[in-house]
Amino acid sequence: MSESTPRRVRVTSPRTNAARAQRVPAAREIDAQTRLGEVYMSSLVRSQLRLALLSLATLAVFVGGTPLVFWLFPELSDVEVLAVPLPWFLLAFAVYPFLFLVGWLYVRAAERNERAFTDVLDRT
Amino acid sequence: MTGAGYSVLGVTGVFVATLVVGAYGWRFSRTTSDFFVASRTVRPGLNASAIGGEYLSAASFLGVAGLVLAFGTEMLWYPVGWTAGYLVLLVLVAAPLRRSGAYTLPDFAESRLESRGVRRLSALLVVAIGWLYLMPQFQGAGLALASTTGTGTWLGGVLVATVVLVNVLFGGMRSITFVQAFQYWLKLTALLFPLLFMAAIWLGDGAVSPASVDVGDVGVAGDSWVSPLAGAEHELYTTYSIIIATFLGTMGLPHVVVRFYTNPDGAAARRTTLLVLALLGLFYLLPPVYGGLGRLYAPDLIASGRAESVVLELPARMLAGTAGELLSALTTAGAFAAFLSTSSGLTVAVAGVISQDVMGRRFGGVRAFQAGAVVAVLVPLGLAVLTEGVGVAQAVGLAFAFAASTLCPLLVLGIWWRRLTDAGAIAGMLVGGGCAGGAVLATLLGVGPEGWAGALLAQPAAWTVPLAFLTMVGVSLATPRRVPLHAARTMVRLHTPESVQLDRGHPPR
Repeated sequence: MSESTPRRVRVTSPRTNAARAQRVPAAREIDAQTRLGEVYMSSLVRSQLRLALLSLATLAVFVGGTPLVFWLFPELSDVEVLAVPLPWFLLAFAVYPFLFLVGWLYVRAAERNERAFTDVLDRT
Repeated sequence: MTGAGYSVLGVTGVFVATLVVGAYGWRFSRTTSDFFVASRTVRPGLNASAIGGEYLSAASFLGVAGLVLAFGTEMLWYPVGWTAGYLVLLVLVAAPLRRSGAYTLPDFAESRLESRGVRRLSALLVVAIGWLYLMPQFQGAGLALASTTGTGTWLGGVLVATVVLVNVLFGGMRSITFVQAFQYWLKLTALLFPLLFMAAIWLGDGAVSPASVDVGDVGVAGDSWVSPLAGAEHELYTTYSIIIATFLGTMGLPHVVVRFYTNPDGAAARRTTLLVLALLGLFYLLPPVYGGLGRLYAPDLIASGRAESVVLELPARMLAGTAGELLSALTTAGAFAAFLSTSSGLTVAVAGVISQDVMGRRFGGVRAFQAGAVVAVLVPLGLAVLTEGVGVAQAVGLAFAFAASTLCPLLVLGIWWRRLTDAGAIAGMLVGGGCAGGAVLATLLGVGPEGWAGALLAQPAAWTVPLAFLTMVGVSLATPRRVPLHAARTMVRLHTPESVQLDRGHPPR
């Protein structure tokens, strides 16, 4: 048993220069269109697309859903908000701040996505 | 001085102010880039005002109030859709389109799909949509001038066309940017200021709700005037078709798209669009109030079929004497600001395409642009003078449906779907454009059938837009070998922030 004991090897620091040279910056991966570069790109595009679709879904449900709700429940037209009929209140006033709010949240999130992408590229 | 005199004075003032503000921009316009995209240096604040000024056309300034007066709450979907269209544009198109680095929409199409065929077809569509949209502006100008001053209906259109042409010929986009920014605020003031006086009168009269009055059998009755679904048949389909056309059509309008190239970078394009959303929301609060007040103070306009002039006539009817006439002159001036700004933007967009795709080889640079501008204005002016008007808002609505069925799928799929091919794009635009165009023609010629088929033709977007998208996707999937060679590189250019150093391929030109 004891004769098969492997020889002792002294461990020193890794060859740091060689190890670092192996790592290619993400930007070059994207430029060379490697598989890894594709992953970086598709994660950016997908995160932006998901955000866009989320914003559009919000728009479709809350604004696009209004005609359907009034069609299903016509008696809602008789409700008054601040002495204004509900449909008029929603379509002539309330909808505009809502659209701006969705847009504002979108711009913030889209810039956050881009910052995350830039950070990943800078870190490598 | 009479009311007509004040109106002439107001309109003249707008024409002169437009030329003066435009002349301020002439001094800066030297290079081709100045003419096409104001050398891409326009700040979000100025640019947003300019976009707002350009976008708020005669349909917004006159049409919305008239439609609300005549048909009620249902018509509020138009301004809502025209604003929401900018939200859709913001989330799907704004930043990538700016980053594409293209001058015009055909430039974008060619660089994304690497095909001359797509370029030619999209150029054709840009010119068609531009003319379809310019024609009602000139017509509206004629009607507005005729109704306030009693001149011939052709004069207003010719005057607007002349002023637009002078500005575009000498200043291009650089000049137009200043003019349009100025005109947004002019339009807002022209609606808001008279409204303050009229609201005071309305409150003094006991604040009667417009919904409670019965204007007889000419308009819809009080109950259905408030309902968000008009009393007509297939109201749910019609409403949703309007929603689809306006939400998706905005991004396909040539004068809207061309403005994105004037931003310094993609992030600025987004912020500009957000500001535009705020400016549009602010403006669109006003026209429906004119419609509502018109129901109380000018219900006869519905019966006489002149609902669209409610914005022009209401102040003079509610305020006696000179004050009312002055305020009416102010709204008339605002209407002409609307005609001028929208026509200027459309002319720049159409002229850019004509000069690059039709005469680029024979003339060069600025000269070609100027020649393109002349053609871009004269053709729709001729059409407007020769044909007797469709309603301003209706013609504009058809332009939206047409744009939503052709250029919207091209932009959305081109930006977000790598596997789009040139064959798919061409097939989708032909199918969408063919169906929507056929429906537009049938409506304009008045040959629409009754019942469901009539509803489908009158508001085609709900079926033509999905059809165009499906065709584009289907044909692209069937022609996988035609996926552009540099699609991956183009996606890098469209989606990565400018601060990152990357190989973005060759932007067009």
